Amino acid sequence: MRDVRRDFPILSRTVHGKPLVYLDNAATSQKPTAVIDALDRYYRETNANVHRGLHTLSEAATAAYEDARRKVARFVHAARPEEIVFVRNTTEGLNLVAHGWARKFLKAGDVVLLTEMEHHSNIVPWHILRDQIGITLRFLRVNDDGTLDLSDLDAALEGVKLVSFMHASNVLGTINPVRQIADAAHAVGAKVLVDGAQGVLQMPVDVGALGCDWYAFSGHKLCAPTGIGALWGRYELLEAMDPFLGGGDMIESVRLEGSTWAEPPARFEAGTPAISEAIGLGAAVDYLCSIGMAEIQAEDATLTAYALEKLPQVPGLRLLGSAPQRGPVFAFTLAGIHPHDLSALLDEDGIAIRAGHHCAQPLGRRFGVPASARASLAFYNVPEEIDALVTALMGAREMFANVRS
Amino acid sequence: MSVRDMYREVILAHAQDPLHSGKLPDATDCVHRENTSCGDAIDLCAIVKDGVLVDLRYESAGCAISTASASMMTDALIGMTKADAAAMLASFRAFLIEHSELDPKLEELDALEGVRQFPARIKCALLAWQALEEILKKT
Repeated sequence: MRDVRRDFPILSRTVHGKPLVYLDNAATSQKPTAVIDALDRYYRETNANVHRGLHTLSEAATAAYEDARRKVARFVHAARPEEIVFVRNTTEGLNLVAHGWARKFLKAGDVVLLTEMEHHSNIVPWHILRDQIGITLRFLRVNDDGTLDLSDLDAALEGVKLVSFMHASNVLGTINPVRQIADAAHAVGAKVLVDGAQGVLQMPVDVGALGCDWYAFSGHKLCAPTGIGALWGRYELLEAMDPFLGGGDMIESVRLEGSTWAEPPARFEAGTPAISEAIGLGAAVDYLCSIGMAEIQAEDATLTAYALEKLPQVPGLRLLGSAPQRGPVFAFTLAGIHPHDLSALLDEDGIAIRAGHHCAQPLGRRFGVPASARASLAFYNVPEEIDALVTALMGAREMFANVRS
Repeated sequence: MSVRDMYREVILAHAQDPLHSGKLPDATDCVHRENTSCGDAIDLCAIVKDGVLVDLRYESAGCAISTASASMMTDALIGMTKADAAAMLASFRAFLIEHSELDPKLEELDALEGVRQFPARIKCALLAWQALEEILKKT
């Protein structure tokens, strides 16, 4: 892969006098110049509201916004651009399916199957819906190696109307077998919603090949700005869904007595959307395609193999999860040092990692760790940064160990 | 000041061998507090008799700062009246937030002075004290 680091201005800054080592990509990715420039250009040259004005700027803004939708559709291999609904983030995409589809079509006693490794954003909306309409929640368990326990998938799918799970874990790194689960779910007539927050930057995504019915992801984890994401859905499912928010742009016609709704995706994009952010997402997708998602996947594999060789060399380090199919996300604990202290110490060395429950408290409970440290890499990281992490972990360990003597 | 300076040896020592930790079977009051943003949690239990904190124990899961604060807090407050403990709570909070002088009875907690430079960590140092505040409100 070509040298991509120079594409990301932030990677050349220092933190506390040390070169930034950014290992918090599962929280958010950094942004390439191509994306930053697209935002800048939009506000300098094109800014106007979309789908409303007939003046030059509004037409240009609308064209750019809809062009971004086409780019995102191609990126995930959607059948048509109208299958892409712009949302704020993955969380909103998941909530949109919960409100727009599940609330309409599920009834008391219907089962929604989730997994123990889900992010809170794929648990809490279902808790809310359960409390409102009485659906039943069931959870696939996680094996010790961080893979999903699919040993009795058929039994788990009994009575299930919807399966919702993550493509890749933001803690364990595990990449889940979407196709296998989707096929089994469809065999019992269930629909399949995939949380693509972590998957989308790790590999080429082809929603048709994955076999799911909806796929939600955030732009900011995909080198795009915050505040924009997408929900892909099969068009006939989107057509059947009720709107989530009411307002401008999502209607066909409004009278005082009532309103009729626009076709998807407009039906789900009430109000002025995140125009510049959507255009930024389009620019991010262009940028990633210029590198190639297959190349990015290969780079991730190289970094993953290197990290899996180096991290266990730190005494007292326990990695959570050892799934054979995995991305470059490594949650760990270090004996004798709480993750928050570790994160604070590493920051001193310019190293950014995450510490805490990673919005997956049930998974933490499953592994008996209320908090862990997490280093998560992206294709623009280099092996030397893993070396820097290992050196800093050794240093932190020494500092805490010296107290005992 | 660097992060390393915040981790004074006395803090690390308390964090690794916290005093007064464990269950308190005859507790008259127990409270649970969590820092939702980071997941740090404490269960603080007390035996209160005639307005005196006869004993304090806690079980906690948290960083060195929150653990050391719980350890030093219980060590300083056991045997105090609730009124005195409330005054200590006010003193410690003012010490962290308003940078005022710490009450001499909390001498050892002066080691947490460095936390003041890192606003995100003040809530770690206050976790056990917030649990104490709940205890003091009871009975």
